[in-house]
Amino acid sequence: MSAILEAWNALPPTVQYVSTVTFKIGLVTIGVILTVAFSTYFERKVIGSMQSRVGPNRVGPMGLGQPFADVIKLLVKEIVVPAESNRFLFVIAPLLSLIPALAAWAVIPLDDTFVIADINAGLLYVLALTSVGVYGVILAGWATNSKYAFLGAMRSAAQIVAYEIAMGFALVGVLMAAGSLNLGDIVRAQEGGVWNWFLIWLFPLFVVYWISGVAETNRAPFDVAEGESEIVAGFHVEYSGVAFAIFFLAEYANMVLISALTAIFFLGGWASPFEGLTFLAFIGEIPGIGWIYNGGFPWLFLKIAFFMYTFFWMRATFPRYRYDQIMRLGWKVFIPVTIVWIAVEAVLAWFKIGPWAA
Amino acid sequence: MLFQIILFYLFAAVLIGAALGVVFSRNPVHSIMYLVLAFFQSAMLWLLAEAEFLAIVLVLVYVGAVMVLFLFVVMMLDVNVESISRQLTRYAPLATGIAFIMALALIQLIWLRSGTEDPSLGAFQPNPADYDNTKALGAVLYTEHVYAFEIAAVILLLAIVAAITLTMRRRPGLKVQDISKQVAVRAKDRVRVVKMDAEPKEKMGAEPKEKMGTEPMEKMGVAPREKMGAESKE
Repeated sequence: MSAILEAWNALPPTVQYVSTVTFKIGLVTIGVILTVAFSTYFERKVIGSMQSRVGPNRVGPMGLGQPFADVIKLLVKEIVVPAESNRFLFVIAPLLSLIPALAAWAVIPLDDTFVIADINAGLLYVLALTSVGVYGVILAGWATNSKYAFLGAMRSAAQIVAYEIAMGFALVGVLMAAGSLNLGDIVRAQEGGVWNWFLIWLFPLFVVYWISGVAETNRAPFDVAEGESEIVAGFHVEYSGVAFAIFFLAEYANMVLISALTAIFFLGGWASPFEGLTFLAFIGEIPGIGWIYNGGFPWLFLKIAFFMYTFFWMRATFPRYRYDQIMRLGWKVFIPVTIVWIAVEAVLAWFKIGPWAA
Repeated sequence: MLFQIILFYLFAAVLIGAALGVVFSRNPVHSIMYLVLAFFQSAMLWLLAEAEFLAIVLVLVYVGAVMVLFLFVVMMLDVNVESISRQLTRYAPLATGIAFIMALALIQLIWLRSGTEDPSLGAFQPNPADYDNTKALGAVLYTEHVYAFEIAAVILLLAIVAAITLTMRRRPGLKVQDISKQVAVRAKDRVRVVKMDAEPKEKMGAEPKEKMGTEPMEKMGVAPREKMGAESKE
């Protein structure tokens, strides 16, 4: 053991740094992909139970092997490239939608110490990368050279551009409350129990951010980009096999990302809701479950799981929005709400009310 | 430092290649994708120069918003590339002239920097480790340059208002839904359930069978039930 440690210390610092970061990237990427795999299972079980069905139960114990069976099925399927399509863009489009969804995890703090890149403009980085993800959808729709795919791409592009603005404005409120663009500092500003979470003082912004996040990931009830009943499957109508699997992976990775971001911005990320309740402090000293009081990665995981559940809940509950109503909600409801609440927040901060009292 | 120099030349080379691709590719969608690549490369160059705020904002504004709208428009145009490129060659002398002037300005700037002793114009110096480009920009923008900043903001606001006014034309005869009216509708505004006495049996038996179910309902003002499409899952 000590020999390994010595050999490690003998390495130049650049090599040490690069290998640590590579290891962290691998860890987070594998974690996200596994989360995606099991959230498909989670989704089918949740929707199944809401519709009085059993859900997947054939592969492995309780159907837990289902995600892997799906992956293997998609991997061995043939990839069909339409004859009149733009071959290069057709192949590269799924990657363009997956890469930003994974790259954004670089700045997500998983607990007080674990973050791949602790950069100061983390919030801007996340905004920039989530806005780049739209290229995959648009290029897939265009490169396919099919009217259904093209219509799906058009709808998706207009929708994502519209909701991005509301999302950005909601985040302006968050950074005004936290006084920082660093995601770790945003979580630290919410430490000290559930009443310090931004959820309470920024509730309208939380609602706007979460619904815009659902619209941004093209999930039900905002999934008009796919709209099976009108345009077959929208932008990925001609994709099959691995190419379709990558689109699928990107969509779910984006959902996990939006859940994690909502948890970090409004629900205190890794922070515990019981902090500050000093009579519960004894829990923090029990090894193994100390995180319940002290906060840590399990809390972030639980919050992400809650928001993932809400995604599936909404999909099972709501009918699809009509397209003009989506546009109306984004431009005429959400943007004014965020602007008004930013003004309210400025007044609160000026008179030092609430979280700005100190 | 050597690593950074290698990175710089790598990014710069890809940037120049992408810029040439914008001009020379025949497909306008390819041109736009080259331009996106060029923006990413210049963002990387800014990151190397420790201007992370500018780099991220470049990606956020240009790649995330402006180029998406460009792509949106270009994809919908069915352009005849041949005829347009023939037209474009007419402006080639003008474009070359502008490019020449810009190259001249750049060369003059580099020459000015290399021959001076002034440290603010000299070679690039790395900033201390706790330097925060975002904070530094904010501190300057809201103090020293606050008037210029505010004027820029007002001009942008003016542009927003102007753009909205340009698109706000009321076409006559347009059928628009009043959403608040639609939402305010209650079931009793649309459907009226009327109680009727049961009809005697022998009279009903005389009538043809199909008619008896549907006709009285429509007379009552109850809309026939529409066939509901079952939701399909992928």
